[in-house]
Amino acid sequence: MMKKSRRSFLKVAGIAAVGLGASPAMNFASSDISHPVKSKNEKALTAHRWGMVIDTNKITDEVVESIVEACHKNHNVPDFNHEVDEKKYPKTRPVNHKQEVKWIWEEEFHNAFPDKEDEFLAEKFHDLPFLVTCNHCKNAPCIQACPTQATFKREDGIVLMDFHRCIGCRFCMAACPFGARSFNFRDPRPFIEETIPAFPTRSKGVVEKCNLCAERLAKGEQPHCVEASEGAIVVGDLEDPKSEVRALLNEHYTIRRKQSLGTEPSVYYVM
Amino acid sequence: MLEIAIKGSKNYWLWIVFLLAVIGVGTIAYIDQFMNGLMTTGMSRDVSWGFYIANFTFLVGVAAGGVMVVIPYYLHDYEKFHRITILGEFLAVGSLVMCILFIVVDLGQPTRVLNVLLYPSPKSMLFYDMIVLQGYLILNIVIGWKLLEAERNQVEPPLWTKPLIYLSIPFAIGIHTVTAYLYCGLPGRGYWLTAILAPRFLASAFAAGPAFLIILCYIVKKFTKFDPGWEAIQTLSKIVCYAVIANLFFFACECFVVFYSGIPGHTAHLQYLLFGYHGYHALVPWMWTALILMSTGAVFLIIPQLRNNKTLLPVTCAMIFFGAWIDKGLGMISGGFVPSPLHHVTEYAPSGPEIMITLAVYATGFLVLTILYKLATQVKEEVRG
Repeated sequence: MMKKSRRSFLKVAGIAAVGLGASPAMNFASSDISHPVKSKNEKALTAHRWGMVIDTNKITDEVVESIVEACHKNHNVPDFNHEVDEKKYPKTRPVNHKQEVKWIWEEEFHNAFPDKEDEFLAEKFHDLPFLVTCNHCKNAPCIQACPTQATFKREDGIVLMDFHRCIGCRFCMAACPFGARSFNFRDPRPFIEETIPAFPTRSKGVVEKCNLCAERLAKGEQPHCVEASEGAIVVGDLEDPKSEVRALLNEHYTIRRKQSLGTEPSVYYVM
Repeated sequence: MLEIAIKGSKNYWLWIVFLLAVIGVGTIAYIDQFMNGLMTTGMSRDVSWGFYIANFTFLVGVAAGGVMVVIPYYLHDYEKFHRITILGEFLAVGSLVMCILFIVVDLGQPTRVLNVLLYPSPKSMLFYDMIVLQGYLILNIVIGWKLLEAERNQVEPPLWTKPLIYLSIPFAIGIHTVTAYLYCGLPGRGYWLTAILAPRFLASAFAAGPAFLIILCYIVKKFTKFDPGWEAIQTLSKIVCYAVIANLFFFACECFVVFYSGIPGHTAHLQYLLFGYHGYHALVPWMWTALILMSTGAVFLIIPQLRNNKTLLPVTCAMIFFGAWIDKGLGMISGGFVPSPLHHVTEYAPSGPEIMITLAVYATGFLVLTILYKLATQVKEEVRG
């Protein structure tokens, strides 16, 4: 009896010793798993909920052009008017302009705001160019529709896409009430004039859209459209009462696109 | 049992070779689409779903229509349907094969299709569509096969098939309801944003499915020694009659709400489909053809003399089937996308390769259907002989 219990004591003690010896290593390993080191750029611009205010009074045709160019060029968005380099991409088929890709572009008032179409609208609005893009909706229908979570919302409100997970079902395009999404009906690369290595090019068969320059915010830089806008576009934290965007919203009368649908767009237009 | 499929007449093999040829041509078109992307189709940024999704939607209906034979036979012991239930179940199998293929050929990145399973997204209606479609397909394969096997061996079908049969009924309603939910839950699309969409889908499904089944019964009777029975066909034609009237009624309800309320975001689409919008009217003749075909078909089915006319009935059924195909296929999808959310009008027509691929998917479905019907009719002949 005595003998047996001594043996079992030794056994338990032995196991315990091994366990004690291993425990620091185990702790280290487990801490490594549960608390990954986040390497965040200290200069990164952050917000509780990113939003954008576009001052329509400051938007001219020239400003529109430089904004669209800055965005599309830096995000490697294909331009179907670009002449294809026949040596690099032989036998490229003719383009169908209805299958174009665009992240931010110009619309007339009644197209940007079809529900605010007014028979006797002030004349100045008829001629004004209105910039439209992804609204990074608070209740984004595209996120709900996506069957693979390739479209998702970041904690700071930006609606992003994983181009490598997207299966190209285009449910998100049907779901978006703002026509903000484009599908790569073909390989976009032959139509990129100069590939910018800082941002990935896309492959055929995936959807894409404006990402509010998440890659630039992470480095502490303003989005391309803001930089090119000569002060017409401001981005900032909608939930911070002291932010510049909130100040603009306080001072001016602003409207949003298709507000009645309840998607809560994060892009405001100063009228 | 499959060995039956490899013994057939000259006509049988000619038909099989014809289907394989269509599949072959479509496969070449698909390889090109796979390599170069969906640029080969007529779809665009504004009309981002086209012929593939349209035919998918329609065929989900045909598949669900099979339940119109299952319900009377299993829930009401309607004996006349005993001989054709298997035809209804196998029609569902053939249609669902086509549905799944249409989804796959529509994907921009078909090799990533398993991402739907890897990252299940319960908020997406496509997730549920996948579950009910696959569930209904498996149910119908198992039920159809087991019942036929039992018939061949002249024994009672295994007891466990009964609950599966009952389960297949809500699944049939489910596949088409969820397919309607794909569309009617989207906030920015006025044409689809209506609670009548799922009922309308079901009504047109219960018209198109049994109408096609009647045509198949005629074909089976002509080419095999198996007779599905005139009384069963007559009952089916009454079901088609009620369903097509319900479908037209629901459409009328939709038209009333849309045009009487006059809300632009909702009227624009029906305006485009029925009368043309801002000078664009590609679908107007199609939509009126659909309405005329379905209403004439309904009248032909209401009048007993015309309904009981053995020569006219398959023509009536073809009219209703084709009318429902235009209404639900061509009109439903394009109509939802035109005008676009920004009120631009981009019209859509399928491209040549798109039509070829579509035909190949249909040919694949018919190949499955032919083989299954060959098994079913042969077994029934054997048992009787």
